[in-house]
Amino acid sequence: MTAWLTPRNAVAVVLVALLALLPFYASVTGNYFLMSMFTRILILAMAAVSLNLIMGFGGMVSFGHAAYIGIGGYVVGILAKEGIGSGFVQWPLALAVSGLFALGVGALSLRTRGVYFIMITLAFAQMVYYVAIGLDRYGGDDGLTIHKRSTFDGVIDLSNRTLFYYLCFALLLAMVYLVWRIVNSRFGMVIQGARSNDRRMRAIGFATFRYKLTCFVIAGVMCGLAGALLANHTNFVSPAMMHWTRSGDLIVMAVLGGMGSAFGPVIGAIAFLLLEEGLSRVTEYTNIILGPLLLLVALYARGGIDGLLARVHRG
Amino acid sequence: MADALLKIDGLTKRFGGVIASDNIVLDVNRGELHAIIGPNGAGKTTLISQLTGELAPNLGSIHFDGADITALPVYRRSALGLARSFQITSLFLDFTALDNVALAVQAHAGHSFRFWRDTRTEEQLRAPARAGLDRVGLSNRADVVVANLSHGEHRQLEIAMALATKPRMLLLDEPMAGMGPEESARMVETLRELKRDLTILLIEHDMEAVFALADRISVLVYGRVIATGAPAAIRANPEVRTAYLGEQEAAGG
Repeated sequence: MTAWLTPRNAVAVVLVALLALLPFYASVTGNYFLMSMFTRILILAMAAVSLNLIMGFGGMVSFGHAAYIGIGGYVVGILAKEGIGSGFVQWPLALAVSGLFALGVGALSLRTRGVYFIMITLAFAQMVYYVAIGLDRYGGDDGLTIHKRSTFDGVIDLSNRTLFYYLCFALLLAMVYLVWRIVNSRFGMVIQGARSNDRRMRAIGFATFRYKLTCFVIAGVMCGLAGALLANHTNFVSPAMMHWTRSGDLIVMAVLGGMGSAFGPVIGAIAFLLLEEGLSRVTEYTNIILGPLLLLVALYARGGIDGLLARVHRG
Repeated sequence: MADALLKIDGLTKRFGGVIASDNIVLDVNRGELHAIIGPNGAGKTTLISQLTGELAPNLGSIHFDGADITALPVYRRSALGLARSFQITSLFLDFTALDNVALAVQAHAGHSFRFWRDTRTEEQLRAPARAGLDRVGLSNRADVVVANLSHGEHRQLEIAMALATKPRMLLLDEPMAGMGPEESARMVETLRELKRDLTILLIEHDMEAVFALADRISVLVYGRVIATGAPAAIRANPEVRTAYLGEQEAAGG
């Protein structure tokens, strides 16, 4: 009866409940900064969840995942600047371009493994970063201000901050659910099998490349959505959003939260971004604390916070 | 002659100056258990790797059931019904035993671009997987994570996975490596069972097992097949005795 009531699930449920209630707290106390901060956390959590699909479950350590945030964001920003404000055009295009980019990167990088895979994904992300800097018409290095959020006439008004928060919240939950379904499906077993022992997968008859590539594209599309959301949230896009350190942050979120579950990266994103925010008020050298913390997780808490919670249950 | 399921003709593989497979000609007939023996470094695993497609030969051809498979990639050969077990255990260590076999079943149950349904509830994968575990005597270990199984159980699981791909032919690379006598005896029993339905190419160091099981034996020395024949003929072959068996008997005292 209570098999599902593990510390791990309890934490997830409490977190989701708190996130659901946060706008009420914000409206009562008038603390809209908090809501804005958490909107950003939800969006970056999506990016971390999508990264975890390929990294945690597929063993594909992409060190260029922030590129998809940038691509999704820039598609929205560029279209807005060119006078196309409809979200019905902007968002599908943002997802499509992200997916196409992932297809190209994956088709090349998945032919390699280990450190080469990491380097190729990083190289592609750097390429996009410098392309964005070169886009003089769209602000170049300084970035591009978006004067109006995507319009979804008759469906949802994104300029309403609370509605936007709930949209991000719902999309994050949907994404976690989707990853969970994928991971436990036939497709997910192939992806995890390829992480565990690619050679054996081929020996028993799987053409693993096409499955890994598909997974890579799915993750890219998901992250592109996070990019479109982030552009709408900040009303601004700039090359900085896909700097390689941002890709590093996403990896840290996934590792910190736990790569073994679909929800782990959500915990990781919240923990990481709150720590970063909290520490930045105390010291400007936040990495002095974050660095050793990550070291401790890597040494003593493989599986991250989520893994720790799972262990608490087992005793 | 027409009954050769696997036909190896002139297979040659060089690694730099070393010839690991030297013009190998070998037929494995339908329904037979054909063993390959040979001293360490004779090129037995290199041969298997070329048969499965992990290594490409420099020369020669491989035909399986009449079709030229010399240039086919690994997964296509598996689809044709050629399955291998690995000398060094090669499993999905973080999956349960049942998940391992179910994955092998899945590999031959249509494409896997299915993203939604929980595959652990699919009886059409689970039932054959359980049957496979049963066949090698591992049914009571189905839900154990493979990393926690014993070495002997790993070897049995290797066989179960190869079987789950519904092969017509098994390539077994030293299935008894590192096993104790009791485990070996169990493996011999398993292989004796399999022999009834499958064509098997067996590479094995355990001479007792080879002579008990094999219909024919080929002896590989320095990449060359120096003799092929029935167990009794191989035992009596003077060239084989000097090259290999004598060495073993001397070592065994």
